[in-house]
Amino acid sequence: MEEQNKKREEVCPSKKGKLDLDTARARISEAKGPEYWRSLEELAGSPDFQEMMHREFPKGASEWLDAVSRRGFMKLMGASLAMAGMTACTKQPLESIVPYVKQPEEVIPGRPLFFATAFTLSGYAAPILVESHLYRPTKIEGNDKHPASLGGTDVFAQASILEMYDPDRSQDIEHLGAMKTWGNFVDEIRGPLSAQKAVQGAGMRILTRTVSSPTLADQLHELLKFYPQAKWHVYEAANRDSYRAGSQMAFGQQVETQYKLDKAEVILSLDADFLYAGFPGFTRYAHDFAAGRNPNAEKMSRLYVVESTPTTTGGKADHRLPMRAVDIEPFARALASALGAGSSSTLSGEQQKYLSALAKDLQSHRGSSVVIAGDNQSPAVHALAHSMNQALGNVGKTVVYTEPVDANPINQTESLKDLVADMRGGKVELLIILGANPAYDAPADFAFADALKNTNIQTRVHLGLYQDETAELCHWHLNEAHYLEAWGDARAYDGTVSIVQPLIAPLYEGKSAYEMVSALAGQGQTSGHELVQNYWKKQHTGADFDAFWRKSLHDGWVEGTKFSSKQVSAKSVSAPSSSSPAQGFEINFRRDPSVYDGRFSNNGWLQEVPKPMSKITWDNPVMISPAMADRLKLASEAMIQIELNGKKVVAPVWVQTGHPDNSITAFLGYGRRRAGRAGTAAGFDMYPLVYSATPGFATGVNITTTGDTYKLASTQGYQTMETQDGATRPLVRSTSLEEFKKEPKFAQEEEPPPSLTLYPGFDYSKEPNSWGMTIDMSSCVGCNNCIIACQSENNIPVVGKEQVVRGRHMHWLRVDSYYQGDRANPKAYFQPVPCMQCENAPCETVCPVGATVHSTEGLNDMVYNRCVGTRYCSNNCPYKVRRFNFLLYQDWETPQYKMMRNPDVTVRSRGVMEKCTYCIQRITWARIDSEREGDKGGKITGQVRDGELQTACQQSCPTNAITFGNINDRSSKVSKAKSDPRNYSLLADLNTRPRTTYLAEVRNPNPELEG
Amino acid sequence: MDERNDRVALLEKQAPVIEPGHTFATVTDKISDVVLTRPITIGWVFGSFVAFMAVMGLLLAVSYLFLKGVGIWGINIPVGWGFAIVNFVWWIGIGHAGTLISAILMLLRQSWRNSINRFAEAMTLFAVACAGMFPVLHMGRPWLAYWLFPYPNTMNYWPQFRSPLVWDVFAVSTYGTTSLLFWFIGLIPDLATMRDRTNKKPLKFIFGALALGWRGSARHWHRYETAYLLLAGLATPLVLSVHTVVSFDFAIGIIPGWHTTIFPPYFVAGAIYSGFAMVLVLAIPIRQFYKLKDFITDRHLQNSAMVMLATGLIVAYGYGIEAFMGWYSGNRYDSFLLWNRLHGPYAFWYYSLLVCNIFIPQVLWIKKLRSSPAFLFLISLVVLVGMWLERFIIVVVSLHRDFLTSSFGMYYPTRWDWMTFIGTLGFFFLAMFLFMRALPAISIFEMRTLLPQAEVKHK
Amino acid sequence: MKHSHPPIYGLMAEFDTPTALVDAAQTTYDAGYRKIDAYSPFPIEELAEAIGFHRNGVAPIVLVGGLLGCATGYLMQWWISTVSYPISVGGKPYHSWPSFIIVTFELTILFSVLSAVFGMLALNGLPMPYHPVFNVPQFDGATRDKFFLAIFYSDPKYNATETRRFLETLGARSIAEVPS
Repeated sequence: MEEQNKKREEVCPSKKGKLDLDTARARISEAKGPEYWRSLEELAGSPDFQEMMHREFPKGASEWLDAVSRRGFMKLMGASLAMAGMTACTKQPLESIVPYVKQPEEVIPGRPLFFATAFTLSGYAAPILVESHLYRPTKIEGNDKHPASLGGTDVFAQASILEMYDPDRSQDIEHLGAMKTWGNFVDEIRGPLSAQKAVQGAGMRILTRTVSSPTLADQLHELLKFYPQAKWHVYEAANRDSYRAGSQMAFGQQVETQYKLDKAEVILSLDADFLYAGFPGFTRYAHDFAAGRNPNAEKMSRLYVVESTPTTTGGKADHRLPMRAVDIEPFARALASALGAGSSSTLSGEQQKYLSALAKDLQSHRGSSVVIAGDNQSPAVHALAHSMNQALGNVGKTVVYTEPVDANPINQTESLKDLVADMRGGKVELLIILGANPAYDAPADFAFADALKNTNIQTRVHLGLYQDETAELCHWHLNEAHYLEAWGDARAYDGTVSIVQPLIAPLYEGKSAYEMVSALAGQGQTSGHELVQNYWKKQHTGADFDAFWRKSLHDGWVEGTKFSSKQVSAKSVSAPSSSSPAQGFEINFRRDPSVYDGRFSNNGWLQEVPKPMSKITWDNPVMISPAMADRLKLASEAMIQIELNGKKVVAPVWVQTGHPDNSITAFLGYGRRRAGRAGTAAGFDMYPLVYSATPGFATGVNITTTGDTYKLASTQGYQTMETQDGATRPLVRSTSLEEFKKEPKFAQEEEPPPSLTLYPGFDYSKEPNSWGMTIDMSSCVGCNNCIIACQSENNIPVVGKEQVVRGRHMHWLRVDSYYQGDRANPKAYFQPVPCMQCENAPCETVCPVGATVHSTEGLNDMVYNRCVGTRYCSNNCPYKVRRFNFLLYQDWETPQYKMMRNPDVTVRSRGVMEKCTYCIQRITWARIDSEREGDKGGKITGQVRDGELQTACQQSCPTNAITFGNINDRSSKVSKAKSDPRNYSLLADLNTRPRTTYLAEVRNPNPELEG
Repeated sequence: MDERNDRVALLEKQAPVIEPGHTFATVTDKISDVVLTRPITIGWVFGSFVAFMAVMGLLLAVSYLFLKGVGIWGINIPVGWGFAIVNFVWWIGIGHAGTLISAILMLLRQSWRNSINRFAEAMTLFAVACAGMFPVLHMGRPWLAYWLFPYPNTMNYWPQFRSPLVWDVFAVSTYGTTSLLFWFIGLIPDLATMRDRTNKKPLKFIFGALALGWRGSARHWHRYETAYLLLAGLATPLVLSVHTVVSFDFAIGIIPGWHTTIFPPYFVAGAIYSGFAMVLVLAIPIRQFYKLKDFITDRHLQNSAMVMLATGLIVAYGYGIEAFMGWYSGNRYDSFLLWNRLHGPYAFWYYSLLVCNIFIPQVLWIKKLRSSPAFLFLISLVVLVGMWLERFIIVVVSLHRDFLTSSFGMYYPTRWDWMTFIGTLGFFFLAMFLFMRALPAISIFEMRTLLPQAEVKHK
Repeated sequence: MKHSHPPIYGLMAEFDTPTALVDAAQTTYDAGYRKIDAYSPFPIEELAEAIGFHRNGVAPIVLVGGLLGCATGYLMQWWISTVSYPISVGGKPYHSWPSFIIVTFELTILFSVLSAVFGMLALNGLPMPYHPVFNVPQFDGATRDKFFLAIFYSDPKYNATETRRFLETLGARSIAEVPS
């Protein structure tokens, strides 16, 4: 052992880190019961632990290290922890919840039920259906009947199932570290409350994240009536302050802006990443956008993107203009003036060229164009967007204004500022924090953590899913019920209210914010169910509330709650240019595409899903442009020190093609101190650089290289189709709209004739079903949904950073992103790659034990329990879609994960190969159903009707880029798609005859800007 | 008849295959004394201790491998095969020289082989044993290795005979069996000699049991000679087929750098190349330390050197054609493979391979150097390294960048990869050390036939 | 009835050179002795001829073995892939004969080798731990540098005195009785 530790020190030298797995194990095994949990947290907090986590994974280091890798370490405690905390196993909620399609008493063991509910992110509800196996929620899908989803979802909503089962979630109520019960809390909070009652709540402050829940808002307002002097503050890092300020500026009031992208023919994004999760309404927008991008339709929309950091939206743009965030406001002004709205400003030549073409294009599409401004742009840009939309006559056509979705649309930064002022001013005696984590994500200049620690607030209460940085500093911590465990309601981006119904009784008897607030109001025993129902009883005017209630739960939304559009008129923007003198570099703060503002940092699925543009996992390197990297002599993985207003942060660099020059992008949400096993100490904390004055971006950054390097885990080898010998491989094929009209079959290369092989081919035409898939790259926006959907559906393990570094990530479906052309502003392409299900599968021929063989329906089946793990199949797979369990990646101990898994899919063990199966379990169910129909008197064809069957990736895709079905059925969608002239198969010249084919991408560039 | 003629001729020629002045008795005693009377030397103890420690390392690495899984190695997707397969091919190749010397040279009536075939065959056996470990070790679930053999089972399921790995199973196990039997048959008369020479009871018993009661009857010799000749005749196509099949592991695949028809001949040549290198690496110290220069003469070394030179040139031709095809085919994947070998991250190793396998060995053209044992020893080591690199280039460099640029990757061996490889080297040499002490390292009865007295003079 | 055991097994003459042995053996054979055998430390082609041993029957055994292996190899693969467990692999037909050639070849070799080795041993009656000739003290030399010729008791022409005299005429270095 000693010697081993020494070795470890050698491989990853640490100045002081004496802590290693063994001592960790020791420490943990000593502690038991509640201390057990704490001992882990202390451990996680301890500098030794930090040190250990921060150590870089050395290239080619030995498994000796992996033995103490984070994964191993976590696995060890996962089990025991869960044991310590697990109180409830799967148990149906006491109140009757209403299933989506069937009555719960109709449960057929083995057949899942689907329940409609909603996932809420920054106040915006994503309507979802939750697949439930015997009341164990196992998978999240979009609510196809809901206008805000139409079946699609986003990565956060889908991954929230993992959050629910996360063994690191807070599992009890604690007061100063001692275990307490809900009862204790309700009693002990009475004192402080009555004290507040005396002073009308003058010392009482409530801090929430964005709230769109009518019920909760109502509750809080009621509470404030009780305590007139008390204040309700709202803060979350991912707030929409400038968006609100923009609407304030333009209309003098708060309005919500919705876009009708299916009606738009020219779309301009001013730094708005509306094609990635996190943008309110993303799912619907992606759907509508894709609908307008069909090259076979008579009209195809054109997308202009002016952005300060590469995003999937920019990747889909017909014309992308990389531009420092500070320069976007002047650009917007210039554009506005060109469109006859607002004052002018001067631009560089290239920008001017772009602008004039853009302006002309917008002008010629009055009423069918739209301008979208990004949340981290200045209020002025939002205001300008409003006035431009108005000037272009888009309002009411492609742009609709409604009441704000946010129930308390205040400036959150200001709100938090006031709170901190009051805290420091000693005005606060009772502080109640509902779900927020300001100790981690508040602007640096507020020093919120310090204020929380060093001011004498008698009672600090924290309700949260995790014992996070804020919980640490509060007297009381109450474990919050996950939204899948609690009743509630929330509004979608269009205002439609969804009732949130629990899928399972709280695993750790957590409480929801609703129950918390009602406890503050003195009704500690009222259940969330009553609270929500009572509110809606008040709202519901008609008779027969039960029918209304059932319907609302069943459908997943409350009839008639959709906001009606609002007539507003934008004043022309006279706000002074807020662009600061651009000396030094610019730093651009973005929510992380994987962990959002940090709240998902303990979510393994999200940590390991490759970020859409860089394909980085588990980290948040700082993005810089190639030109800048050359100037500063930086390469990817080099460590730099970023200095802004005296604050210093050290982080690795990633050279991102297409990033604007003289600007860097820092992603927030990493470097958590108390997130859990996956999130703690992953990446680097960028919040110290975020100031309340410059939430979106700041200038005057100094960058110095530290000389160190840091290993980053990227899942993609090369992001270009050009090989170093200068040749280009036709992996993604694309063309412009005109070219496509001239030569529709441009993508189809000569495929070898079947006679090429020595053998006669198999005849699949006799089969009732013959499965095939097409992926439309014009529609794919690279949003990663399919990856998470696949991971959730097929029990795909998370392997951890070290394994990803070694090239062993397990995603069955990956999304390759390629860049082409000028490094400063390349074209980007997204190519989802599942198993190609080749008819002449090279993998099968070489398997010595027949562990991968072909089904009569043309599937390339993988027989896990026959596999001996020679990996020959993977070597011989030209698409490299096979994944191998090099170690025991699956977590076989943690009970929570056992509950989460899809019972229809084998949980693979060490030493076997695995890969995409076209969701064989779903195919089988569909086949069984079609046969049962036959029994019911229908004629037995065994043929699955088109549309009855969706693969997980297809189901989750908001843009319907993935089509799957029976290619023997000439009328099926997939057959039609395969007859599309754009249809081509990858590496066709190898004569593998893939069943998965691609529809080549067609873009719609503006002739004026071409060449 | 002609055999005898060319033997006479050889005796007159420059370096003889056996130094003059020997009788049946002296030949017998000189060789058998190595086993029976020679005391154990420090050098032998030291050598075998080092080898033994390496074997311990192997055991450690293998135990940990079974505990954790193949993930302890550097392999990944796309490089699913690493050191394990490289070592497998390398060892199998080395084995080939033994069979070549004992079988092919016998058919060709190359009587000079008689003094080196015994330990060359032993070398084959041990090399095949080392090679045989890897296909099992490299499996994700090694405890299921027996699934590669066709045996009736409850699943009513069988191996998949289109897979080169199944061909491997049959080829390698046949090769192993044949080599073992061939070697043992060759040993029987000498075991009888040992039986009759020793006066230690236990040894007498052991040798006696192994000799199966051989008494040198004319009838027995007659059948023996026929069987031995037939075995040689069978082993010859076999040995050629084995490395052909091994090359199919790659040639059947569609990966650029694997999918090529030239592999079989050039693998076989490479095998013999490395095999003879190993023969020299063993023979030169053995004749030195065991004073067997009379039997393993400079002539043997020179012949081996010339075989190396010839096979080396075939291998060089193979590289040449590979490179030419990369360019000539115009296939974008093949030409990139060529580029990647010359300029890619493993370019240094590719150049080292060319130097070790092609350029350095050309000095063997010079007779002076060719006849210097020390020098030959060095060259042989270089060639062994070179041939290992060749397999590394074929396995790793072809895999790490194949069709989709998005799946390009790298391969870095871990300490466990190295421990396993060095461990098998230890196993090999430990086995050789024990063999030298336990059995006659040179075929005594065949040496007897080389003596002029062995000739029956007709009246 | 009582089975009477022969007192001795035969007579053995020792020679120094292969030539002497071959000549002696030839003469003995010509003299009409049939139950004879010759022993040498290395194979001597002429010796078997001399004692009238021409056909050794190893080759036919190997041929049969080889054919058997060939048939086994191909039929096994054909049966497994098309009768017992036919399944589509990589779009190849069940009976994809080119893939079956290798295993067929390897099994042919394997069977031939086994039949060659064990056929030879069986015909030689090996292993045979005990044999009377080993009782002759100087017979140790048979595996070193001595050459022996034995006439066995079982030979009809055998006569203790006659045969010994006959052997003496052959210029043997020594003559010994082989006790049984």
